Amino acid sequence: MAINWFKYSSPASFYSLAGKMIPFFTVIAIILLAAGLYVGFFIAPTDFQQGEAYRIIFIHVPAAWMSMFLYVVMAFWAGIGLAFNTRLSAMFASAIAPTGAMFTFVALWTGSLWGKPMWGTWWVWDARLTSELILLFLYIGFMSLQAAIDDPRRADKAGAIIALVGVVNIPIIYFSVQWWNTLHQGASVSVNQAPSMATTMLLGMLIMVFASWMYSIAIILKRIRVIILERESHTSWVAELQKKGTVS
Amino acid sequence: MKPRHKKLVIIASAVTALGIASVLVLNAFQSNLVFFFSPSQVVAKEAPIGKSFRIGGLVTEGSVQREDGSTTVRFSVTDTAETIPVVYTGILPDLFREGKGVVAQGKIAANGIFQADEVLAKHDENYMPPEAAEALEQAAKAQKASLVQ
Repeated sequence: MAINWFKYSSPASFYSLAGKMIPFFTVIAIILLAAGLYVGFFIAPTDFQQGEAYRIIFIHVPAAWMSMFLYVVMAFWAGIGLAFNTRLSAMFASAIAPTGAMFTFVALWTGSLWGKPMWGTWWVWDARLTSELILLFLYIGFMSLQAAIDDPRRADKAGAIIALVGVVNIPIIYFSVQWWNTLHQGASVSVNQAPSMATTMLLGMLIMVFASWMYSIAIILKRIRVIILERESHTSWVAELQKKGTVS
Repeated sequence: MKPRHKKLVIIASAVTALGIASVLVLNAFQSNLVFFFSPSQVVAKEAPIGKSFRIGGLVTEGSVQREDGSTTVRFSVTDTAETIPVVYTGILPDLFREGKGVVAQGKIAANGIFQADEVLAKHDENYMPPEAAEALEQAAKAQKASLVQ
């Protein structure tokens, strides 16, 4: 059976598709979150150096990964929107930004809480911390620029340029701990090396990563529905939904 | 080429150009992005001696001496090639341990001792339960013993 993917690139049909998908991703996110936190806090062993304090890793690392990953996805959709003038891709980019900014903030915040007892400082201007802070500013810059421009199509274009320019920051964040001397330690989990973590610790962290993915998908779909309604408010299908009383 | 393909090519080449530009800029700033200098770099006078800078390495085993009745502590930082003596007055972070990573900020005094006004612990990326760490240590000791024989 061939699925007509282009059908779903129209905001009207994607609106209803997204509505059907949200409960599914929400439920999986809740289950994974409960499982991940349980493994992280009750099953994973105490660390030999950091004791119990290392357990903030189960929030910190998924948040930091999501902050980078979501930025790449956001820039991808913004770029597609800019190149092909597709409305839905630009809406995707706008819907991803707040969640990406939230994860970036959580990564910085939990990192700071972790840094104080372990390193002895809340904050240092090393390459890893500074580049992650720049990522937060990029997200905020993207959102404020879009909010500052009244015409949504022009706002999409301006935002796409910020998003694409900011992509260079992602490899800088990722490789900062290899390229330069930093206070932040190197990666515990990477593509070309066996993870330097005990298996249950790694398991808890990976479950939390998947939980963050599912949460992100659910909340982004939710947000995109709002954006679609806002931008398509002049169309007949939105008027019909309003008449039926499904949208207030 | 269709106009929208042309647009895609323009965007792709702009992003590539930007990427190359940032690689070059970062390369030029390489030395300024260094968070700390190793003892070897300090000995080779690559560090800004006379100004405040950060030194990083491992705390030499057996070098930590605490002065009675004060929070002054003396230790040395090593990268296994060179060793720099450090003196610091203040509270040390929990992870400050002999044989573990440390980053200290301060100046080198005339007597060659690094006067630190901030000491941070730098831990590694290994996470494991204490029993596993102990087993690794035992294995390392056994290997060392067999090498000596």
